[in-house]
Amino acid sequence: MLEEESPTSFYRIAYFHKLVQEKSLSEINERIRDGSARVVTAEEMPDIVDELGPAGAVREVDVVTTGTFGAMCSSGVFLNLGHSDPPIKISKALLNRVEAYGGIAAVDLFLGATQPSEDRGNEYGGAHVMEDLISGKQIEVEAFGAGTDCYPQMELETSLRLEDFNQAMMVNPRNAYQRYNAATNSSDRSMHTYMGTLLPRFGNIHYCGAGILSPLSNDPNYDYIGVGTRIFLAGAQGYVMGSGTQHNPQNHFGTLMVTGDMKKMNNRFLRAATFHKYGPSLYLGIGIPIPILNERLARSTAVRDKDITVPVMDYGIARRDRPSLKMVSYEDLKSGMVEINGKEILTSSLSSFYMAREVARTLKEQVEKGEFLLSSAVEPLSRLGSSRPMKQTKESPNVGDVMSRDMVSVCEDIDIKEAASLIVSGLFDHLPVVSRDGRLTGIITAWDISKAVASGKSSRIGDIMTRRVYCVKSDEPIELAARTFDTHSISAMPVVDRDNKVIGMITSNHLSRLLARRR
Amino acid sequence: MKLMLHVAPGIVRQPLIASVILETNALVNIERASIDAVSGEIVLEVPVEKSQEVMDAFERRGVKVVPLENPVIRDENECVHCGGCVSICPTGTFRFEDWRVVADSGKCIQCGACIVACPQRALNLVTK
Repeated sequence: MLEEESPTSFYRIAYFHKLVQEKSLSEINERIRDGSARVVTAEEMPDIVDELGPAGAVREVDVVTTGTFGAMCSSGVFLNLGHSDPPIKISKALLNRVEAYGGIAAVDLFLGATQPSEDRGNEYGGAHVMEDLISGKQIEVEAFGAGTDCYPQMELETSLRLEDFNQAMMVNPRNAYQRYNAATNSSDRSMHTYMGTLLPRFGNIHYCGAGILSPLSNDPNYDYIGVGTRIFLAGAQGYVMGSGTQHNPQNHFGTLMVTGDMKKMNNRFLRAATFHKYGPSLYLGIGIPIPILNERLARSTAVRDKDITVPVMDYGIARRDRPSLKMVSYEDLKSGMVEINGKEILTSSLSSFYMAREVARTLKEQVEKGEFLLSSAVEPLSRLGSSRPMKQTKESPNVGDVMSRDMVSVCEDIDIKEAASLIVSGLFDHLPVVSRDGRLTGIITAWDISKAVASGKSSRIGDIMTRRVYCVKSDEPIELAARTFDTHSISAMPVVDRDNKVIGMITSNHLSRLLARRR
Repeated sequence: MKLMLHVAPGIVRQPLIASVILETNALVNIERASIDAVSGEIVLEVPVEKSQEVMDAFERRGVKVVPLENPVIRDENECVHCGGCVSICPTGTFRFEDWRVVADSGKCIQCGACIVACPQRALNLVTK
């Protein structure tokens, strides 16, 4: 008897076991519809899982809402203007003087968030046009046509509000980064970047991302989030189109391509921004509710700030492969202070955790009220991504290829007369000043010498030289040298090796010669 | 409290601060100074109890003094509490409080770093 019963009860236990540990999406949606779903935010979930265990959390919690609110540069909107009379095939369009791409049919435009305006530059751009439209403002449209037999109109102007467009579909190629590199700056000048103001000599660290609330960090295996998943996009219900550009899940830098109807968006969750000396960008609120279908999802939504780590990158090195200084967690970053090389560095965010919380809470309310249903993915997100560097087929020369090796450097203790005669007999108006072992300590120009002679104050080079010298390395691209010349209004720089020993000079003449030869 | 001094071209080369310190015995701290050949703008931190005396002393020397009561203002509708102003402020005017950015205006020396750093353009210096 016992032998016969045992398989049945074993089956019953297993079946019961399955019931308590797994739920179906339709069961959860049923509960959302009748208002009985238990919804928590991703900030509340870790403690619940700690207390009840993953199985208990599956029993207790139906949905975990996530949220993020930060600058999402890779965003834009498709706008359909409707046909004019006579019809126009728009090749170029300006919306409040911001150019929108017109190379799609006759009256479809794509307006990108980071496009600066023609009249106000970086202070107003594509993102600002979007915010103005959502805020109910009227925008000025100037359209220029190609002039064809079927679309004879060449030019028109009109004033439109959001409701005047047939469609305003936001399509964002890359949003909701799973996590994002933190940024600092080793150089000796302030940098103004898309990661905000980075103070010189590791003066601060900026970071982005919601950490514990980040949608993709709460479902890093993409068990739920996939193609077609319904999301909260700036107040509207939008959808995941698939993995975003630069999606790199192998390294936990997943991204999403998303879409949503701009006419249903709320300007509380879509805010235009300007990063000083970088340009316009768009702050967007995105949230994804994650159903707790099984223990694996319970565990992944229990992620904490301390579990999500990112490298701190040195933006002071203006190269693609910026050096990573340290791995830190969002817990470290949110603490306000991170130690690097024995120095305590202030940290602060550029994305808003305050607003990320509001997104997650708003979404929680919508799910509780039965206004937001969950959807099963048509296909999973790609588990392989590509974020390779650009293949550059036209090689640009490095500083070492164009610099002069034929140069004279001097020591600090020579006098002005000697320096003057070296400049007169040499090729350059600049003399690098070096220590006994050849390391760069300063620079002296013909102007410095004239000034010293005119004032008659000093005759030693060490007293009149500039000690804060801009220099480059021979393996750096000439574009970097050109930008340094331009930024600091200088015309020549010493070229140094890894040990700061002077190995050559590069001047604006080297660069202009190169340009002249190209043509 | 903080005082903003506007120093006119004619007197900018005089040892104004030193003479006011000697006269008033106030422990002042120079928070910021931008002085060129023709004029100057100086922000001083002065003990509250000495502030009137210090103001009077400067004004007698021909310096225009403006107390910086609310040096920086924020448009609450624009601010999204991102934190772009927090770590770049030299005097720690801004901080997070439960992830809201709160400002301690009294620390502001009107250097202007936060004005350009704010992505939402929500901050403005109050100039009188």
